[in-house]
Amino acid sequence: MSTDRRPWTFYVLATLFTAFVIFLYGPMISVLVLAFQGPSGALTFPLRDPSLMWFGEVFNPSRVGDVPGAFSRSFPLAILVMLLTVLVSVAAGFGFRRRFFGSTVLFYTAIASLIVPGLVLSIGVLVTARFLGVSANWFTTGLGAHLSWTLPFGLLIMFAVLGRLSPSYEEAAYDLGATRWQTVMEVVVPIVFPGMIAVALFGFTLSYDEFPRSWLTIGTKNTLPLEIWTMTTNVTSPSLYALGAMTTAISFLVIGLALGSIYLIQRKRGG
Amino acid sequence: MSARSSLAAQLQVAPMAIVLLLFFIIPVALVVIVSFFRYQMLVGLVPDFTFKNYYDLLSNPTTWALYLSTIKFTLIVLAITLVLGFWLSYFLVFHVRHLMVAIGLFLVCTVPFWTSNIIRMISWRPVLGREGLINQGLQGIGVIEQPLDWLLFSDFSVVVTYVHLFTLFMMVPIFNSMARIDKALLEAAIDAGATRWGVVWNVVLPLSKTGIALGSLFVVTLVMGDFAVVKVMSGGLSGSATSGIFNDLQFLNYPRAAANAVILLVIVMLIASGIFRLVDVRKELVR
Repeated sequence: MSTDRRPWTFYVLATLFTAFVIFLYGPMISVLVLAFQGPSGALTFPLRDPSLMWFGEVFNPSRVGDVPGAFSRSFPLAILVMLLTVLVSVAAGFGFRRRFFGSTVLFYTAIASLIVPGLVLSIGVLVTARFLGVSANWFTTGLGAHLSWTLPFGLLIMFAVLGRLSPSYEEAAYDLGATRWQTVMEVVVPIVFPGMIAVALFGFTLSYDEFPRSWLTIGTKNTLPLEIWTMTTNVTSPSLYALGAMTTAISFLVIGLALGSIYLIQRKRGG
Repeated sequence: MSARSSLAAQLQVAPMAIVLLLFFIIPVALVVIVSFFRYQMLVGLVPDFTFKNYYDLLSNPTTWALYLSTIKFTLIVLAITLVLGFWLSYFLVFHVRHLMVAIGLFLVCTVPFWTSNIIRMISWRPVLGREGLINQGLQGIGVIEQPLDWLLFSDFSVVVTYVHLFTLFMMVPIFNSMARIDKALLEAAIDAGATRWGVVWNVVLPLSKTGIALGSLFVVTLVMGDFAVVKVMSGGLSGSATSGIFNDLQFLNYPRAAANAVILLVIVMLIASGIFRLVDVRKELVR
């Protein structure tokens, strides 16, 4: 098989794939490059006298918005969403392995929560807060609005992960005399752990970059995506790209940490 | 035993059920209720039971034009992402010979998903703009004299951005379905005299049905619910179903915004239930 000549479709599809990757990354790379634009540089190529000045400009509140403040809300919010998403969706994933009353309703509610337009949910959460007489805040209504979207994602990933966890492993552990706690900690968790990291990655990034569900629910102080959204209309200097480069760097750091730790766990297991 | 284990399962799913109740079911129910309220200048919400908001919206040609424009974008983007998602997955699953290479290439496609959509959206500006890379390149090699104006702030740039942002949502579910196809099936079909095209059409495509359905569900709901891309990338020239909601919210006309949101929600849910009727998504996911 491996000595076969590759069919012509391989080359056509390989070209398509390469073009798609360029299409995915090309614009992003051009923004990352243009973030280093010099003082006389414009929003487009060419890159003139590369400098770091626009990165400094990002932290100048009179020119740009309050970026450090927005970050100081977005980051803890994303961490909080990540932790809660892991806890709640992992528990729910295990719950769904057994038949229980209302499982179908809960499943379709989760799917509906995933596909409801973010703007509709944003209005709903704001109206709910008004009826309850509380003011919208990133750590209350904002947090809930984000969870309504990260939890179903987490649940779907847990379905994929737990689909591979045969109940016979746990039964075997019980038969060999393990306690419930030992079974969970020494059999179940090691198998499920890489999946939990994936859930964490989704929880963090979906919250950190979320725009429509944040729009009306975070109150008067912006999170980072809203700050960037405001900037797209107000700021016409490369500092917009510099901010884009920085927030993308944070995303890449988080992705690298997650994928790297999954890789390490898998390798340790293999060896 | 079964009663006890059912109770344990219910305890495990309880936190998720509570969050979804508080931050999904109640908010959406309230949107429906508020959509029947009256709007009064300076007062805002006035409890009532009136169909006026719906009547205003449905008798206004602008609403119909906006929904038509959204449906146009949805169909175009659905067609492009479907073709791309199918063939890119096909390439990874059936043409790449080493599993690790396929997984690596798959991750290359997924990484941008975990970065900011807004940044990815605006990153098309230096590429498509009047002085952008494409215009500079085309002028450089002498294909065109004047920069092309229709590249940015047009329907074209909206579609490009949607495809850029949402192809992954189509590709991942299709890849997932295709990766489960037993390769022996393909060889059996070839041995039985099928052409390679026949295998794609009669074996791979039907077995990728679930992925295609899930991917379409994601793409349709994402495009229909979007308001950022169409606002920024069309330069205000095109509208979408959500831009009406956006405008009403700016004037604090919550009842009409809510009525519009309900219309959007009903359309999205109708499409979703149509898709769920075609394939039993749950059975496929939980197995």
